[in-house]
Amino acid sequence: MADTAAVLPKPLGSRTRALAWLQRYGVYASVLALLLFNVAFTPHFLEVANFRTQLIQVAPIVIVSLGMALVIGTEGIDLSVGSVMALSSAMVVLYLGYGAPVAIVAALVAGAIVGASGGALVAYAGVQPIVATLALLVGIRGLANVLVPQLTEFRNPTLITLGSRSVLGLPLVVIIAAVLTAVVAFVVKRTIFGRQLVAVGGNRAAAKLSGLPVRRILVTVYVLSGLLAAVAGVLATARLQASDPTSLGLLMELSAITAVVVGGTPLTGGRVRVLGTVMGALLIQLLQATLIKHNLPQSWTQMVQAVIILAAVYAARGRKK
Amino acid sequence: MTDGPAPVLEARGISKGFPGVLALDGVSFRLAAGEVHALVGENGAGKSTLIKVLTGVHQPDRGELRLHGGQVSFGTPLEAQRAGISTIYQEVNLVPQMSVAHNLLLGREPRGRLGVIDASRLNALAADLVAGMGLRLDVRRPLRSLGMGAQQMVALARAVSIDARVVIMDEPTSALEPREVDTLFGVISDLRAQGIAVVYVSHRLEELYRICDRVTVLRDGRVAHTGPLGELERVKLIALMLGRDTTDVRLRGQTEFAGRHTAKNGQPVVEARALSRRHQLHDVSIRVRPGEVVGLGGLLGAGRSETAKAIAGALPFDGGAVVVAGHPVRKGSPSAAIRAGASLLPEDRKAEGIVPTMSVRDNIALAALPRLSRAGIVSEAKLDRVVATLMSRLRIKATSPHQKVSELSGGNQQKVLLARSLATGAKVLLLDEPTRGIDVGAKAEVQALIDELAAEGLGVLLISSDLEELVEGSDRVVVLRDGAVVGELSGDEVTEEAIMNAIAEGGGVDG
Repeated sequence: MADTAAVLPKPLGSRTRALAWLQRYGVYASVLALLLFNVAFTPHFLEVANFRTQLIQVAPIVIVSLGMALVIGTEGIDLSVGSVMALSSAMVVLYLGYGAPVAIVAALVAGAIVGASGGALVAYAGVQPIVATLALLVGIRGLANVLVPQLTEFRNPTLITLGSRSVLGLPLVVIIAAVLTAVVAFVVKRTIFGRQLVAVGGNRAAAKLSGLPVRRILVTVYVLSGLLAAVAGVLATARLQASDPTSLGLLMELSAITAVVVGGTPLTGGRVRVLGTVMGALLIQLLQATLIKHNLPQSWTQMVQAVIILAAVYAARGRKK
Repeated sequence: MTDGPAPVLEARGISKGFPGVLALDGVSFRLAAGEVHALVGENGAGKSTLIKVLTGVHQPDRGELRLHGGQVSFGTPLEAQRAGISTIYQEVNLVPQMSVAHNLLLGREPRGRLGVIDASRLNALAADLVAGMGLRLDVRRPLRSLGMGAQQMVALARAVSIDARVVIMDEPTSALEPREVDTLFGVISDLRAQGIAVVYVSHRLEELYRICDRVTVLRDGRVAHTGPLGELERVKLIALMLGRDTTDVRLRGQTEFAGRHTAKNGQPVVEARALSRRHQLHDVSIRVRPGEVVGLGGLLGAGRSETAKAIAGALPFDGGAVVVAGHPVRKGSPSAAIRAGASLLPEDRKAEGIVPTMSVRDNIALAALPRLSRAGIVSEAKLDRVVATLMSRLRIKATSPHQKVSELSGGNQQKVLLARSLATGAKVLLLDEPTRGIDVGAKAEVQALIDELAAEGLGVLLISSDLEELVEGSDRVVVLRDGAVVGELSGDEVTEEAIMNAIAEGGGVDG
């Protein structure tokens, strides 16, 4: 029947189907495989202390990646996140004199402003996202260095709590990352804004014709990305009890993009996988930990990371055909 | 099967299956030198699959291909091309940034010393090729600066110059203006005279009868008919494609429109007042009353789509005003137009309509999200109800509301967009080519739906290049030419002839 042909999903070859599966669930399978490998071969892996360390280390990547996933969902990219972390860290040091809450708010506002500038360049000036946020990556890192020229240490009880305390055995940092994940997942799945941002990424012309506030959505998405990067910056600063704008958040944009892409969100936009993104971040973290625990240098991690990125992009491409 | 002249290309008993569907089931197809062979069928009939088998994109599960009498099998499209089979797709697949000449001779550029491309010889060769097809254009211009029609000609010139023996054209005229269609048909006639075989795929029956010698009708993956086209009545051809009784089709007329609607009196549901936009619209005024279907006639580029877009807020205008249901609408704001009750079904379904990554459900709800939520949070229950109602009402065929919209047929995608408009609570629908590029069955359904919606009191502004559809569907027809209203026909004046006269003469109802 002609009708049947029209109704059935487009026929998929077994290879295409495997790739589709890989794109969607590959990251879960990989995390699971790495976990099993470590349980079998890495001494002390199953100890609670180790898990805590892993989770604390991955939390900032997760938080930044959440914002990145939203931006990529609109067919954009935000290269400025690492520099925003540095800027927010600098703001914490500058405003700590007024108390921790003021310092934190200042850091978050700074992140939102950087995001808004990037968003405005993209939405109103029509600058390509990669160019607009590349300019911010360079400029904001410079600004952070000007504000706080060298590594500055401090001792602030509120920040120590934020960076190192645990609630019910879980580090506060991890709880914050989990809550933010839940919030972003809710925003994507259940709110008008979430649906609209996905539509903007999937087909901007259609979104515009359907009366969606495309520019406002784009600006909001970059503001959220800046805000989340600032949160990550504040948490990292609180944990270190020091601010070092030259190195904090360096190459964070690459980790975040990797987490998002490996998690199954296509760079072409139109889809956001929040849980996949978290898994992507976990995968990178676990990989790093595994290689370090087996005494392989950091450079190995980078090479393996490259292979994973290529695999993820390959799975996404193969599926499109 | 008749033994005509020895076929250039022959398919024997081709079968091709995909998971869940047998796309081709023992299809045989003979293509003789110097004939223009129409390949027709509804969406899902197997046309595209057959073409893909002929051009090496797919390999058949069973059956064989013979070229000039010898058995062949193409592993890749390139092998088919080398064997002399060229394909011209709906979307031109050339390099838009490069010049016409570079595109024509891509990969075969004349080279001078040191292997550097000889630009003057390149341009001269290209100019010859283009002139040989009766085209006048500067081959040094970048391809993208040409109109769609001219780009298609370049694609055709390229195909022919690669010494093609078989040229397959898939909906070549869908983006062409009538003048360009004439040029294309001139070129096709030349090809025929040179003994090149042409496979011509189109939804436009007019064109088939103008240019094609023979026809093969596919239905549900099988050959329903093959033979000379001239001897086949139109009604019979439609019946073959639909698989219905001839009498049945004749009784129904050729479109699914029931006839005139009774427009309710009272204020117009939408009114365009003297819309003007530089180079595009000049004092265009149109009013549509509730329950009325107003057709917009005119050639491509006459300002029909621009008028609809201006009303829908998708195109800013310099002068004039848009009033929807008595309220002036802020110009250039689609959301204001939608809130006021005007919704546009865009001409280009793929580029401006569907969001391919989203489900049927999310696509339908897209423009109506503010109505379906509270405090920014989408009410899933409300959304499910609206989507379910619209899907059954518009008879959208999908495995579930959660199926990806890109997996639906063109006709069903169009219905999804119609549902999107209705979900906004539209009082007036601006339909820009609602049945273009969808199969005959879906076309009939969409036409019937337009009728139903008008009968329920919606105002409809209908743009269609299909004159028959325009005449049978509209209560009134406003004719545009060069961005200005040149005629208005109503009641019995609405005939194909009168519309053409209005376009030709710019006024006067009588021809």
